[in-house]
Amino acid sequence: MAVLKAENIRLVYGAGTAFEKTALKDLSFEIEKGEFIGIIGHTGSGKSTLVQLLNGLLRPTYGKIYLNGKDIWHEPKKIREVRFKVGMVFQYPEYQLFEETVYKDISFGPVNMGLSEEEIDKRVREAAGFVGLKDELLTKSPFDLSGGEKRRAAIAGVIAMDPDVLILDEPTAGLDPLGRDALLSQISSYHSVRKNTVLLVSHSMEDIARIADRILVLSHGEKVMLDTAENVFSRGSELEELGLRVPQITRIMMLLRESGIPVNTNILTVEQAFNEIVNLSV
Amino acid sequence: MGRDITLGQFMPGHSVIHRLDARSKILLLISYIVFIFIAGNYMSLLLITMASLLVVLSTRISFKMYLKSMRVILFVVLFTGILNIFYGSGEVLWEWWIIKITQGGINNAIFVTVRIATLVMISSVLTFTTSPSDLTDAIERLLKPLTVFHIKVHEIAMMMTIALRFIPVLLEETDKIMNAQKARGADMESGNVFKRVKALIPVLIPLFVSSFRRANDLAMAMECRCYNGGKGRTRMRILRFSGVDLFALIFSLVIFSGVILCNIYFSPLTR
Ligand SMILES: Nc1ncnc2c1ncn2[C@@H]1O[C@H](COP(=O)(O)OP(=O)(O)O)[C@@H](O)[C@H]1O
Ligand SMILES: [Mg+2]
Repeated sequence: MAVLKAENIRLVYGAGTAFEKTALKDLSFEIEKGEFIGIIGHTGSGKSTLVQLLNGLLRPTYGKIYLNGKDIWHEPKKIREVRFKVGMVFQYPEYQLFEETVYKDISFGPVNMGLSEEEIDKRVREAAGFVGLKDELLTKSPFDLSGGEKRRAAIAGVIAMDPDVLILDEPTAGLDPLGRDALLSQISSYHSVRKNTVLLVSHSMEDIARIADRILVLSHGEKVMLDTAENVFSRGSELEELGLRVPQITRIMMLLRESGIPVNTNILTVEQAFNEIVNLSV
Repeated sequence: MGRDITLGQFMPGHSVIHRLDARSKILLLISYIVFIFIAGNYMSLLLITMASLLVVLSTRISFKMYLKSMRVILFVVLFTGILNIFYGSGEVLWEWWIIKITQGGINNAIFVTVRIATLVMISSVLTFTTSPSDLTDAIERLLKPLTVFHIKVHEIAMMMTIALRFIPVLLEETDKIMNAQKARGADMESGNVFKRVKALIPVLIPLFVSSFRRANDLAMAMECRCYNGGKGRTRMRILRFSGVDLFALIFSLVIFSGVILCNIYFSPLTR
């Protein structure tokens, strides 16, 4: 059964005012348990709106969202339960830190869930481990951390709730290339250890091409594609029209093929490309 | 949340009212308010209300927006209106036990309600049609004479501009932080007063931190561009009186004289 299912969801901001804006238009899709989904689209395409709908922070103007087969708005009073199950890391999450220590901040979610003290301690340490926060940082004030460490602490705060579905909205925005790669590989290893569903929002193909099982492409609030990376990239020209880009290395392989060199274009990383080209000349 | 507040929100446009100099708008608004209270009988009240409605319509902004800004004070208006029915002198129209409804009471109720409604409407005209920067600019220019008394008019206006400029930013930020904490299970909608106040801490602390950060950045940016107060500072957009302002002035003077004449020629109201 699909862990998340969206049925004809539409979201209109400021309905009935001069600022009315339809951010999502009749979106439908299903996400299977354990999948790693990349969500991509240009700025303003509705990515953040979509993920906020999925954990019940926004309520669809029309349509339904099912979590494990149950309509999340069936009982609006129990929406908190949905938020525990669908963990959400916002863009620039470091601005939400508030506690005296990093440890306390990470435990904010688990405490709200009403867990026992040992369970909370276990979860906080596990979550910190996943994002690579060293133990000695846990007793520091979150405001004394570096930018990258703050972001990790904030992400750990959501991971500590052990959600069935983890959503990250542009988690690498503003990080340097090294920090970006490190964070992405931590998220990827979290996914392979915990085996739960992860949704990663990004506007960079490079980021998600390697790690996502399937990619959801949004444009102007509409679903354009939901498919594997290979299939999405095989429609490269359509992507370019949407202002998106296939990863540079994939593009190089496509150009090679166009100019008559028989290489495979299902290439997402430099290593794959290297092997492909080396094999070719043999 | 905050996005629903329309009281004091600028809506760009090209109507006659939009084109008025912000200084004229402020001065005329003040005189309209004075004359709403000078109006002493139904004829003069009708005249000033009609004139205000005409101004409202000529802004070409949907009447819905005005109704929305009135909704905020609807309760106050209704409450004072109803209360006023029971206080008044003159002919008793209806009596039961200790409750007496008089002609004066009804007059009072109608007057209070219409006055407040007109007041809010005409004030909204100023905030709906004037950009915050024009508004503070105009206030600065109007208060300029006060510099004689060593009042730092420019600095006050600059603080107002910055405050106004950052209200939407802060509202948006509050929204974001609240959502982020709600996503971690913060419960802000239920519980008693203490619980709710406590639930605000996870929102207020990040908000303060980021406000200070923003203030710091802004101060730095202003300093980098050699801002050093109002002395010798020129403006990109210069406020200028034009034909429209003259027209508005004449229109208003006609209405104001009408109000005074109505007050003189028709009998005052029983209260
Ligand atoms: N709170 C809001 N109120 C009104 N409009 C909004 C709000 N949030 C987003 N929008 C609008 O909805 C559209 C989609 O925004 P968003 O989901 O943030 O896109 P993305 O995350 O893909 O950049 C944009 O046009 C944006 O201006
Ligand atoms: Mg976004």
